[in-house]
Amino acid sequence: MIVGLESWTLARPELFLAAATALLLVYGVVRGEIATPFVSAATSVALLVTAALLFLPYREGTAFSSLFIVDRLTATMKSMVLVGSAFAILMSRAYFEQAKAWRFEYPLVVALATLGMMLMISANDLMALYVGLELQSLALYVIAAFQRDSVRSTEAGVKYFVLGSVASGMLLFGSSLIYGFCGGTAFVQISGALADGRATEIGVIIGLVFVVAGLAFKVSAVPFHMWTPDVYEGAPTPVTALFAVAPKIAAMSLLVSVLMGPFKPLFAQWQQIIVVASVLSMALGAFAALRQQNIKRLMAYSSIGNVGYILLGVASGTEKGIQSVVFYLAIYLVMTLGVFATILMMKRRNIMVEQVSDLAGLARSQPMMALGMLIFMFSLAGIPPLAGFWGKLYIFMAAVEAKLFVPAVLGVLASVVASYYYLRIVKVMYFDEPAEAIDRPAFGVNRVVALAAAFLIAIFSLVPQPLSLIAEAAAKGLFP
Amino acid sequence: MTIGLGHYLAVAAVLFTMGILGIFLNRKNVIVILMCVELMLLAVNINLVAFSVFQGNVVGQIFAMLVLTVAAAEAAIGLAILVVYFRNRGTIAVEDINAMKG
Repeated sequence: MIVGLESWTLARPELFLAAATALLLVYGVVRGEIATPFVSAATSVALLVTAALLFLPYREGTAFSSLFIVDRLTATMKSMVLVGSAFAILMSRAYFEQAKAWRFEYPLVVALATLGMMLMISANDLMALYVGLELQSLALYVIAAFQRDSVRSTEAGVKYFVLGSVASGMLLFGSSLIYGFCGGTAFVQISGALADGRATEIGVIIGLVFVVAGLAFKVSAVPFHMWTPDVYEGAPTPVTALFAVAPKIAAMSLLVSVLMGPFKPLFAQWQQIIVVASVLSMALGAFAALRQQNIKRLMAYSSIGNVGYILLGVASGTEKGIQSVVFYLAIYLVMTLGVFATILMMKRRNIMVEQVSDLAGLARSQPMMALGMLIFMFSLAGIPPLAGFWGKLYIFMAAVEAKLFVPAVLGVLASVVASYYYLRIVKVMYFDEPAEAIDRPAFGVNRVVALAAAFLIAIFSLVPQPLSLIAEAAAKGLFP
Repeated sequence: MTIGLGHYLAVAAVLFTMGILGIFLNRKNVIVILMCVELMLLAVNINLVAFSVFQGNVVGQIFAMLVLTVAAAEAAIGLAILVVYFRNRGTIAVEDINAMKG
């Protein structure tokens, strides 16, 4: 048998991204620092081209002796991750130039992290899962500490590294138990062993708990969230923007494909874990954010809360539930990119500021920026008819249909509490006595991204159907 | 007494627990944390190889190779980040890693 031309065709986007990254790395090393603007732009373009390659033409199947799987769900998730990473790179230029850390390695390390995310989204075997996850994590540890003359950035790197390695260790310990008690690492072998009772169920469940703990860490679900606020606050702002979107989407996709794939037979067991993590995340995201003054830290708690809602969709375990997860992730991607593009424009006398109080009176000094932030905050709070509202509505509907009444009610309550701190930002911008005015944002990528995100939210708010059709098609991949 | 699969699993579980406890109880030095992480990964390797031998299936040993490789990369990156941190702060004591709180 000719070993898989088919395999290479299926993995074409990943191969393209790997080759492009390697070439750009060589180019950067040869040309030195002068190459930075080109490498940065070219990496973003390469990421977007990779996203296009996923669908032109779209193919599905498994590759490399079924280590690797491509279906609608993985393709959709990968395209979101790629778009998130590409924009995170584009948005980083002004910040890093000012911090004197504008180096060509940054976009390339982000591209490698993205490659890891694509591999983990497509993982169809515990080994592929582990290697993809580590490629992602190792690259992310580096970029958290990328501003290497800053105490806060390097401290964020140390914290992320230590806690991230513990999480990887737990995931790996779980994988080894699952391998041992199922007799294989391929997802099909695991589900087969669970279905025909060959597996020692209690051993597999213990392994599954470890794996879920490791993945919960990567999506920053309570009780494995403790790294999130520190890393979000300490890392350079463009890196925080990346952390808030791409790795979250990738890890959530992995969680969905692991739980709904090989561990579908253990649904009753993992559902309890996910429901508890979901409710705790929603509650912590709502209450801990109330007293935050730093807007990056506030966004960290906001992302923990959002992960709680998404996990509720996962916990319902139905096609509707997965559909709502994809839908919510897409809206979350747009909202978060918009918020961070706005945060990256918060400068006073050309110095970045990141306190909520710095936004005081923004509506008078920079009305457009305030309007954009208002849209993002209302959408995050889930005020109808904005996009964030539809996302939450689909999640809660799926949860209710799956008879998760109590968690759904708790989720709605948490979202009421959470709307307090989103609306507080709006109040600070529109009704507080003006602080010293924020600089007029220079024309650049951040303004375009913020504007585009606000537009997209407006479009999703008025016509959510196209996006929900995409989500529906993606969810079908898991329910043949 | 014959040594069975259970014994190997017990050793691995004990090592793994020691690794985790070491990370959470250690209040002195970040290097010790790195060593604890290695301990966790090696515990996993014992698990994988033991399962592999007792099931007569080679997948576990391949997995163990991958784990070893990744562990080396992870140690390299961890030490690099620690060096950068040390240049900024002049210390790598765990109790001094506290620029951010809340």
